[in-house]
Parts: sequence; C-alpha cells; structure tokens
Amino acid sequence: MRSRNSKATLVAATTGLALSLSACAGWGGGGVGGGGANSINVLMVNNPQMVDLQKLTADNFTKETGIRVNFTVLPENDVRDKISQEFSSQAGQYDVASLSNFEIPIYAKAKWIAPLDSYLASDTEFDQADILKSMTTSLSSEGKVYGEPFYGESSFLMYRKDVLAAKGITMPAKPTWQEVADIAAKVDGAEPGMKGICLRGQPGWGQIFAPLTTVVNTFGGTWFDKDWTPKVDAPEFKDAVNFYVDLVRAHGEKGAPQAGFTECLNNLIQGNVAMWYDATSAAGSLEADGSKFKGQFGYAPAPVVKTDSAGWLYAWSWSIQQASTKKDNAWKFISWASGKKYEELVGTKVGWTSVPAGKRASTYENPEYLKVASAFAEPTKAAIESADPENPGAQPRPAIGIQFVDIPEFPDLGTQVSQDVSSAIAGKMSVDDALKRGQQLAEDVAERYQARGQ
Amino acid sequence: MSTATTSGTGTSSTGTTQEVRHAKPPRSGVILTAAAWVIGILFALPVLWMILTSLHSENDAAKNPPDFFAPLSLDGYRSFFDAGPWPPLLNSLTASVLSTILVLLLAFPAAYALSIRPVKKWTDVLFFFLSTKMLPIVAGILPLYLFAQKVGLLDNIWWLILLYTSMNLPIAVWMLRSFLAEVPVEMLEAASVDGASLTRTLKDIVAPVVMPGIASAALICFIFSWNELLLARVLTSTVAGTAPVFLTGFVTSQGLFLAKVCAASFVVSLPVLAAGFAAQDKLVQGLSMGAVK
Repeated sequence: MRSRNSKATLVAATTGLALSLSACAGWGGGGVGGGGANSINVLMVNNPQMVDLQKLTADNFTKETGIRVNFTVLPENDVRDKISQEFSSQAGQYDVASLSNFEIPIYAKAKWIAPLDSYLASDTEFDQADILKSMTTSLSSEGKVYGEPFYGESSFLMYRKDVLAAKGITMPAKPTWQEVADIAAKVDGAEPGMKGICLRGQPGWGQIFAPLTTVVNTFGGTWFDKDWTPKVDAPEFKDAVNFYVDLVRAHGEKGAPQAGFTECLNNLIQGNVAMWYDATSAAGSLEADGSKFKGQFGYAPAPVVKTDSAGWLYAWSWSIQQASTKKDNAWKFISWASGKKYEELVGTKVGWTSVPAGKRASTYENPEYLKVASAFAEPTKAAIESADPENPGAQPRPAIGIQFVDIPEFPDLGTQVSQDVSSAIAGKMSVDDALKRGQQLAEDVAERYQARGQ
Repeated sequence: MSTATTSGTGTSSTGTTQEVRHAKPPRSGVILTAAAWVIGILFALPVLWMILTSLHSENDAAKNPPDFFAPLSLDGYRSFFDAGPWPPLLNSLTASVLSTILVLLLAFPAAYALSIRPVKKWTDVLFFFLSTKMLPIVAGILPLYLFAQKVGLLDNIWWLILLYTSMNLPIAVWMLRSFLAEVPVEMLEAASVDGASLTRTLKDIVAPVVMPGIASAALICFIFSWNELLLARVLTSTVAGTAPVFLTGFVTSQGLFLAKVCAASFVVSLPVLAAGFAAQDKLVQGLSMGAVK
C-alpha cells in the first residue's frame, strides 16, 4: 500500500513537473520564455567588478528603468569560447557581452557587434568625452565606437617602499628595465624567503605574454613589422625574452613557470616578493582594508628601454550583439554600468577601492575616490593615458594592440610560443630554441592571415 | 574492516582449531583490513578536504601550505546562495529526472526484446546501441548547436532532456538487458500458463525481479545527466542553464574563489548523493527480497 502511494505521488509529481514546464524552456531568466520584452540577457566574465555589478543591478538599474537583466557569468576562458560561439553564429541569445579591447576591433570588422555612435549622440549624460582617449581609440574601428569600457587598466611596477628603503634604494621616477633588474638583485633575500621581483611565467597569451610583450616592445622588438614579416627571432625580441627569463630565473618568485596574475598578487600581498610588474588594477587589492602591507606600496611607471612608455592597455567593455532585438534597452544598461553614477554607487555601497576605475577622467577628480586611491590613482591614470595602442613600439605596426597583435590568430600563436618561453623559465629549453619555433609559428600565421585577404 | 568481520563470524561456528584463529586473526587479514582502511580514507580524503575548504574564508582557503585549523565560516555558502542557485538547480533536476524517466520507459521494453524475447539479430541491435556512444559528443556539438539555433531550441530545457535521453539510452539498454537475461525462463512460463498478459508479466513479474537493475540504471542515468557540462554549457544561456554551468561561474581569473567553488560543488553534489542513497536502499532491498537466490 505504501509503495503504491509513493508511486502515485511520484507519478503525480513528475506529471506536474512536466506540465508546468511544457509551456516554458526552463526555470531561469524570470520564468516563462525568458522574461519577455522588457528584459535583456548579459554574458560576462566572472571578475570581482562584475560580481558587484550583478548584485547592484536589480535594486538600482531595474528599479529605475523596469528592465530586468539576466546574467550569465563564466570564467575568462569559458566566456571567450561562449562569446565567440554566440557572436559568430549571431544566435541573438545575449544582447550585451563583456568583450575586451582585443575582441572589439575584430568583432566590429566582422559586423558581429553594433556601432554605438547613434546612442552616444542622443545620450548626452553618458559623456563619451570623459572616457580616457586611449580607451576610446582601442574600442573603435574605422572611426566608430563599438564598445564602452567597464573598467580599464594599464601596467606598472608595484614595489614595497619599506623594503627598498631598508636597503637604501630609491625607485627612479621612470625606471629602466636594467635599473629594475639591479634593484631586484639587491632586494632579493632582503627578508627571509623574499624574492626580488614577481613576473608572470604561466603559459597563455593573456598570461606571460601580457607583460612580456610590453618588454619586447620597449626593447625595440615586435611580433610582426608593418608588412607582416614575423620578427620573433630578431635580435631585439631575443634580447627582451632573454632579459625577462634571466631576471625571473635569478631573482624571480618561486614556482615562476606556473605563476600568473593571481599567484603574483598573492606573493606580493603575503610579502614573498619585493616588486611586481603587472596590471594597474591589482593596486586596489594591495591597498584594500585588511591587506597586510597596505600603505607600504609604491608605484612606478612600466619600466622602459627604448620607448618612452611601455604600459599595456586592457579594458573589459560592453558591446551589443548585432542580432539583438533589444538594442535600446541594451544601451540603457551599458550607459548605466559604464556611467559616472555607477562608480558613485559602488563607492558608497561596496567601497571606493572596488570602483571599476581606469576609464573616466572624472573618476580621478573624485575626492572620495582619491582619498582611498591616492597612492595609485595618479600612476594608474598616467599609465593608461600614456599607452598608445596604435603605436606601442619602436616601429610601425600592422595591427592595433600593445600586449597583443589584434588578429584572430594571435591567441593561438601567443599561447603556443608562451609554452616554450615558460619551459625556458623552468630551464627545460633555451630561449633561442623557443623563439626559433615561435618564428616558424608566426610565419604560418602571417601567411594564413594574409591569405584570408584582410 | 569487512574482511575482519567475515572471517570472525565465519570461524565462530566451526571447530576449536579455528577458535584459536579467531582470538588471533591471521596477519594477512590485518594487513588487508589496514589496506582497506587506507584506500577508503584516500578515496574520501579529497571530498572531505573540499568540504573543509568550503567552510573556510577565501583567504584561509588560498593558503599554501593549507591551514586545516583555520576558523570556520559560512561565507562560501552565503555567496553561493546569494548568487541565485535555484533556477539552475531546478533546471538540472528537471533535465535529470525527466530524461531518466524517459530512458527507463524506452529502455525497459527494448531490453526485454533483446533478452527475454530476443528479436532477430539481437546482437547486431545491441552493437548498434553501443555504436551510438562511439562518436564523442564534442564531435557532434556543432550540428547540435546549429540545429537548435535554426529551430529555436537554444536555451531550452526540453532540448537538453531530449539529448540526455538519447545520451543515456544505450547505457540503460545494455544494463537492463544483462539484468533481464538473468530472469529465469520458468517464471515467465509460469506467468504465461496462468494467463498473464505481456504488460502484466512485465509489470508484476519481471520488474520486481530486476528492480536492482532498474535502480542502478536509473541512478547511472541520473548521475550522468546531472553532471553533464559540455552540452549544457554550449546549448543553454540564461533560461535553461544547469547547475554544472552555474558552478563553473564561480571560477575567476582575478581574485580568490576556492571556498566559494568548494561550497558550490558540495551543494551541487548533494542531490546526487541523495539519489545514490535512495537507490542503494532499493539495490539492497531488491537483492535480498528477490524471487531467485
């Protein structure tokens, strides 16, 4: 009897489940059919700034505009896969996606994303002129703006002022790489277990090759010259990589071949290294409440050799899919998330160190932001403004981009070469061999890219 | 552990020589017991570590070497439940339960026709079922995506239910077939002599005998669909996203996430554990109460 009863319950439950679902496609997105006309779908990377955004949307944006926002958040590599799948097929499932300044010019050329100029013209409150100029440049294609930055970053050198002072060293106002290498040697072992400098060694075009390509640029090297001749085994490229690999091997962090952004951040926060050359956005974590050495960090511009500045430029930005049927609502969301008021909102609700900064000049005039960010605000702004994505090195470039070459083939190329360079840091391969292989790969890429006639 | 108990109870009923052995268990038994414990702990350890990590703060969870005695906190669970896990969990439950029911409804008659009353060339049919599993899912993902896009089934839970059903059907057919093949012919003959119809035979004679088989097939199908990530990640977005896709969303390349991911992993694996325990009960019941011993 009991088993019959439970069977009946099971049948009833499943029938109920099936019936309730027969009209709809799933439980997410506010129920039946994905929330109706007054909602948009946003696909974005799971970075802390986006998590804050997700928490603030319902109580602020949706309350003001009545537009529901359904988010999908994924880790960086997954989100890139998903975005390229979604946008190349123009599936129209997402209205807005977080793209970087790497994807935006490529997607714009492919007409996968919509130009924003008409919205910018009518939405004066957004104030495009307030967006830092290098950002606008890197998010544009053929004179049209295709993306609005959510937060931006360049790269600079972070160091422990107290450790350098104890050794009687002052950081030059504009250090060269040789000076940085000398300081790294002097502060190596300044405290028990402390290494001189942290530099990324983890394979990946967005890992080791982000800082390393800026070193290559300032050493006078380049991946390709103006007419797409690969220059990976050229002397300048080789000098730069040798310098980087030697510096990490001699005075770099433990476990360097696997160290990426997160590992280096932990190393500096925990006092395992005295210096770190990486993203300006890291400074917010260093100066956050509860950080062990808060207030002891100094910030210097990206070290240089032959160029005047060397910092990279990166911005997680919003773009609207061309196939979206809700472009007006999508723009309202972008205008809110990248707007001035949103920064105020994060400042008051979450904390001023969490503000998605690095995109607007007005952020750096906000006294409340400067109160917590005084140590790194000016160096960050200076680094972003001095970055020139169109002309980052010693020679003219065939494509836009500082720490990358803005062609669809680059992630593959950069990642393959990075594996060999990472092996060189681990001492399993010579830099010469790594770059010889890199040159062959780059030749293939140049051939393929030109054969596509772009 | 179980080795020691069996040898203990086994010896107590027999002669005196073994009484001595009972007092002093053989060395090999001790070693085997110890090995069983070690292996058992080794298998449980990563899961226990995951649960412990989920109860630490993000900073303590990221420490290397790990700090096992760090103060406990529920922050990981808090941020998991703050992120709105119910739609994906319900989606997963829907997809897993409905596809499992569909699989069983289809696989049971199919298995009958392949064992008790085998169709012609039943070995070929069995092989055909198996061959559908030979193509890796990733090789079929592009057509599945494009088809779904054209017919408007992207981000629709019914598309996942259909795919999970076809994904698990061959496995269930194979499993149920081997259980049905064990059903003694005499029982079926007795049923037909008594004038039972085919449905009656299936429902009242065959099904109870093969209950452990049905339970284990259902469990396998449920686990496979619950844990499926590739199809769900590619074919769903905001409406039909399942728990595994939601789970990966906690990984970030900037900032700490270990405690959150461990908390999420633990919560997401709970339904599978529950299903496992439920089915385990049925398995044991079916085995001990079965008509044939």
